[in-house]
Amino acid sequence: MLRLADNDAMPQYKFRVNGGPVTVDSWDPEQPLLYILRNTLALHGAKFGCGLGQCGACTVLVDGKAVRSCTTPVKQVTGRSVTTLEGLGTPEKPSALQSAFIAEQAAQCGYCTNGMIMSASAVLSQTPRPTLEQVKQGLAGNLCRCGTHTRILSAVMRAAKA
Amino acid sequence: METMTSLSRRGILKMAAGALVVRFALGQSTSDTSKSLDATEVDSFIAIHADGSVTIYTSKVDVGTGLATAFRQTAAEELGIPVERFTVIEGDTALTPDHGGTGGSSGIPRGAADIRRAAATARQALLDLGAKQLNQPASELTIAGGEVTHSGGQRVTVASLVAGKRLGVKVNANAPLKNPSTYTVVGKPIARADVPAKCTAKHPWLQDLTLPGMLHGRVVRSPAVGAKLLSVDENSIRALPGVRVIRIESFLGVVAADEWAAVRAAKEIKATWSDSQVLPGSGELSHWVRQAPVDRDQALANRGDVNGALSSAAKQLSATYYWPFQSHASLGPSCAVADVKESGTTIWSAAQNPYGLRANLAKVFGIPLDKMRVIYRDGSGSYGTNGADDAAADALMLSRAVGQPVRVQWMRQDEHGWDPKGPAQLHELRGGLDANGNISAWETQMWIPDGPQGSRALLGPESAAMSQTHGQGAGLMTLNLDPPYPVANLRVVSHHLKDTPLRLSNLRAPGKIANIFAVESFADELAAAAGMDPVAFRLRGLSDPRAVEVLKRATAMMDWQTRPSPNPRAAEGDVLVGRGMAYMRYKQAENYVALGITVAVNKATGKIAVRRVVCAHDCGLVVNPDGLRNQVEGNIMQTLSRTLHEEVTFDKARVTSVDWASYPLLTFPEVPALQVALIDRPEQPSYGAGEASSAPVAAALANAIFDATGIRLRAVPFTAERVKAAFAKA
Repeated sequence: MLRLADNDAMPQYKFRVNGGPVTVDSWDPEQPLLYILRNTLALHGAKFGCGLGQCGACTVLVDGKAVRSCTTPVKQVTGRSVTTLEGLGTPEKPSALQSAFIAEQAAQCGYCTNGMIMSASAVLSQTPRPTLEQVKQGLAGNLCRCGTHTRILSAVMRAAKA
Repeated sequence: METMTSLSRRGILKMAAGALVVRFALGQSTSDTSKSLDATEVDSFIAIHADGSVTIYTSKVDVGTGLATAFRQTAAEELGIPVERFTVIEGDTALTPDHGGTGGSSGIPRGAADIRRAAATARQALLDLGAKQLNQPASELTIAGGEVTHSGGQRVTVASLVAGKRLGVKVNANAPLKNPSTYTVVGKPIARADVPAKCTAKHPWLQDLTLPGMLHGRVVRSPAVGAKLLSVDENSIRALPGVRVIRIESFLGVVAADEWAAVRAAKEIKATWSDSQVLPGSGELSHWVRQAPVDRDQALANRGDVNGALSSAAKQLSATYYWPFQSHASLGPSCAVADVKESGTTIWSAAQNPYGLRANLAKVFGIPLDKMRVIYRDGSGSYGTNGADDAAADALMLSRAVGQPVRVQWMRQDEHGWDPKGPAQLHELRGGLDANGNISAWETQMWIPDGPQGSRALLGPESAAMSQTHGQGAGLMTLNLDPPYPVANLRVVSHHLKDTPLRLSNLRAPGKIANIFAVESFADELAAAAGMDPVAFRLRGLSDPRAVEVLKRATAMMDWQTRPSPNPRAAEGDVLVGRGMAYMRYKQAENYVALGITVAVNKATGKIAVRRVVCAHDCGLVVNPDGLRNQVEGNIMQTLSRTLHEEVTFDKARVTSVDWASYPLLTFPEVPALQVALIDRPEQPSYGAGEASSAPVAAALANAIFDATGIRLRAVPFTAERVKAAFAKA
């Protein structure tokens, strides 16, 4: 079990990340999950984009649902199961969705890619055979500034057919 | 990662490849392992290692454009070494030669050309080494698959040829280049090396960089442009753990070991600022741009007698177009890590011009150039100069103040509020048609906020009242102001204003998107006045076969029906449908692009739905068709976003569009079908494609909306409110 809480005076939060249990401490129960993931657990997949829940770059799955980790207080994930981009696959063994993004070269700068894959992952778990329109609606809250939209859509449709 | 500023050579080599890179010194002591930075030396650009791998060193950086892949292909092609053996080190002032920053679509035509010449020179050096080794004339040798081979069958690997040596040759501008007809790597859709890592959280982002002892910093920007910091109540954040406050004049920053503590401190610290109301406000900015004092007029074309031709024209038209201030709106706010030490300063940044950044920081902070190293790391896409330079200055100020490495990542409102902006542009056009519907006279006048030349002022040093220049360069704003069609009587003038309400910088395709919006919308207005089909009207004036080809390809792709606009059968229930076309040659001398759009406009809601975009694109030689297609697609989507949604708003005090609600981007449900045709011309020079296909998007969309509705939108963004207002006036 990964233990990163060494200050007993500080409140601790127990939850699961990518299948394994973690206990982390946070001086502020309102600290967004994003900072815990990135700074305490060194999981850098989720990105800071806006801190306002508007862009989706920080998306992770909590109990299989796509949530914005930048506006999710750490106290809210106690006892829950968090999945980050690291939990889906590796460059050597990518998930079907990650493989589809790679095959479609569905990135330019790639800063939004975490959110696209995590949100699409939630869409596909709900709707394994979506229409293009359903994917567009499912990713409506994820912004891409480089304009890679059509490739991202192609990647998700490719993964759905895989 | 270790921090170095005194350019410890052993350290540099360790960093160069993440492991010890064995360097070769022909005719020199092997202990001399210095990395040459001299852009006239082949070794500065290319290192062939003992294991057969090759490193390319370049000051040009790949901000998600695929440029590094194009560099690998270019060098692999000339060297005859497999492309997968190449890696690229970008934008490190201790490792890479300075052959310019990244921008203006120069990465391929200039950056790749430099690397190609270095690789071609290296190829000759390798052939000479092979000739000696194999005891055969160089003219009978070839290089392929990383091996030098004699026509008789003898072979030796490139790696063994250079073992223990540096090539030690000057870049030869006349080194023989491979004939494009023999290319096997250039022209192929080689996959980008960074994409798998970006899809699996393994990419080494700038935002992820962590140094021992690193603190997280945030800067509290003034609530109004030009406001002075009067007082700070440090007690207001006493409850937050480990926060230090740094105040230098009106520069206010916080640092903490815990990032969330720094974020909260910056948000919650109580400070009082002077009142400042120095902005004109964005509400009536087009009037401000037209009325504000002009510093200089630039005559870009003046031939014939425009006024005379206009007064004798069969038909006369005039129209005014407006493009607003826009933000780079990078998805990730700007970030930098600075480590200021007595021995020297290291900056990690995603800025597009690491050498330029170093020069500016060194000057402003009074640090000798050889005591400062700037290292590029990938950040969020920047599309020009976003807040990256300013974030670097912020990190430097804070690290210098606390004596520890400091990482600064701006908050969302910092990026939207304070990145230097792409300027507003106002265009007044007049045109005349003769009795046959030919353009007999044309006049473009542009008004544009501007300012002095020189380095851009950095926000942090400005707040700290440090001495610096206040340059307002925004790129080549005045190209493509004239029509690409023959006009005997032509006048093109650019009026540069003395001042600008917001700081300026280059934003993708600087000036050209708005210029072509005006020029190609106006060409469409003339076509309609002439009662002609818009494509036929354009083709009549085009003689360059490459121009004709892109236009014909685009019209064929969208099954263009030849008829004048507006569409006589536009109604489809509540919506009106139409199609539009725009053509341009980028910077009047580079890529040829024709772009067609079909659109549906809801008369009741004012909502514009872009249904389909087709684009025919000729950039000469195509280095990587998949990378190029990705760029072209991105340009089109980004510019649809800019055209439909984006405007920086501000009141008298501050920018008010500071998040994704007040500065919205195109969203997935709005994404149209998109079809791109690439015309490859291996015999022609390769133009950079990072911008060109952006330029005709707004005009094509305006022309499509006119075709659908008979309404001409002449101000961006094309919001539903604007459309409804236009219908109400029609």
